[in-house]
Amino acid sequence: MRALDLDYMLGLVPVILGYVPLTLFMAAAAMVCALVLASLMAVERVVKVPGLDAVVVLFISFFRGTPLLVQLFLFYYGLPQVFAFLTQINGVTAAIMGLTLHFAAYMAEAIRAAITGVDRSQWEAAQSIGMTQAQMMRRIVLPQATRIAAPTLVNYFIDMIKGTSLAFTLGVTEMMGAAQKEAAGSFLYFEAFLVVALIYWIMVEALSQGQKRLERHLNKAYAR
Amino acid sequence: MISIRGLTKRFGETTVLDAIDLDIAAGERVVVIGPSGTGKSTLLRCLNFLDRPDAGTITLGDVSVDVTRASKKDALALRRATSFVFQNYALFANKTAKENIMEALVTVQGRPRAQAEQRALDVLAETGLANKADSYPAALSGGQQQRVGIGRAMAIGADLMMFDEPTSALDPEWVGEVLDLMRRVAERRQTMLIVTHEMQFAREIADRVVFMDGGCIVEAGPPGEVLDSPQDDRLRRFLRRVA
Ligand SMILES: Nc1ncnc2c1ncn2[C@@H]1O[C@H](COP(=O)(O)OP(=O)(O)OP(=O)(O)O)[C@@H](O)[C@H]1O
Ligand SMILES: [Mg+2]
Repeated sequence: MRALDLDYMLGLVPVILGYVPLTLFMAAAAMVCALVLASLMAVERVVKVPGLDAVVVLFISFFRGTPLLVQLFLFYYGLPQVFAFLTQINGVTAAIMGLTLHFAAYMAEAIRAAITGVDRSQWEAAQSIGMTQAQMMRRIVLPQATRIAAPTLVNYFIDMIKGTSLAFTLGVTEMMGAAQKEAAGSFLYFEAFLVVALIYWIMVEALSQGQKRLERHLNKAYAR
Repeated sequence: MISIRGLTKRFGETTVLDAIDLDIAAGERVVVIGPSGTGKSTLLRCLNFLDRPDAGTITLGDVSVDVTRASKKDALALRRATSFVFQNYALFANKTAKENIMEALVTVQGRPRAQAEQRALDVLAETGLANKADSYPAALSGGQQQRVGIGRAMAIGADLMMFDEPTSALDPEWVGEVLDLMRRVAERRQTMLIVTHEMQFAREIADRVVFMDGGCIVEAGPPGEVLDSPQDDRLRRFLRRVA
């Protein structure tokens, strides 16, 4: 067993850190898109628009039932062969799209559960004062459902950050790709990937701390 | 002023409301009594389309709806002409007492916020909860929550206020304050349709008592007649049981 080359690792840290913004950008962009898509699907699942419901069910089932890596390959390598206009899409965009669809399927279920967790009598009260369905959802149900779902959604965001490492397989030079390139020159693969692992770990730990504070804050909400 | 004709509601095979006819004059206070499961709640819920009736017509002021042909707009029109007080309060948990009352005024009636807020504060003062304006429902007692629930219904200024067993979910200690508030609402000649098991209260507040059984109105009249000299056997049995 050889000793770890700590100097090499320390030198590598700033290089890899330089790619953290790209990682966060991909995760944040996918999170925003996934939240919008998931909320729409969740509301649809609850109010059940005839015709649309079967499509949403199928969508959720497919994206939960197949691996993210397979989905990314389908998007990036597969679809352009079928739809010519998709050849323009670069790896980062494809990764964001893939992460969006994959996680939207999971988040839709979490938000749907949270929506049904809002006391039914409040729905009726909203209707009884003459609110439209849309007003009731926007002003009464979704604000409460978001709070119920928030801790779960943060978990998915954490999974998403880790999931961005798969963009490497689409030829994107993100943290993994950068480490791979560095290691190809130095042959210090263990050190290089260890640095990547540690940086991911620290990011996720920071988010978990934030999540705990968020939960404490949410538990206090609506109680004063 | 309110006219219900042939109102019918079925849940699957069972007919829960069987061609109900009922007229309520402006300012009249009608109390509905009857055994459990006879369709009292369903009657109220059908009047503002929380349950969709299967047949009949509902005329309320200048809104007249044939329920078999009722559109979404008709349902909204009925809901906006009525207000509903729920047994379990059903306050919006994400809104303070004041915001619960403002919600219909701002979102449904489109009034300016400042005006809605003033109205909400006035209503809260009438319900004796001025100091709870910024409290969330979770921080209020059952009696206080129901008073906000009544305040929310009062603020709308609806032609018809409906109450479905407003005190049944309350601890006995809070029943008095809620009934007091309802008496104050009644004093303003507000048209009210009330389902309650509080017979003493019914006697005192009602212009007319309606006894329902098996989805039909069996007997109706002034409280003195219906409660003191009941004609129908089912009503006599019911009154013996609740006495
Ligand atoms: N959503 C529903 N689906 C099926 N049956 C229902 C539904 N709502 C009510 N019912 C049935 O309709 C009948 C009348 O119910 P309703 O709640 O109107 O009675 P009620 O007179 O208000 O009784 P209570 O005094 O217990 O409140 C009951 O037999 C009930 O089981
Ligand atoms: Mg009932």
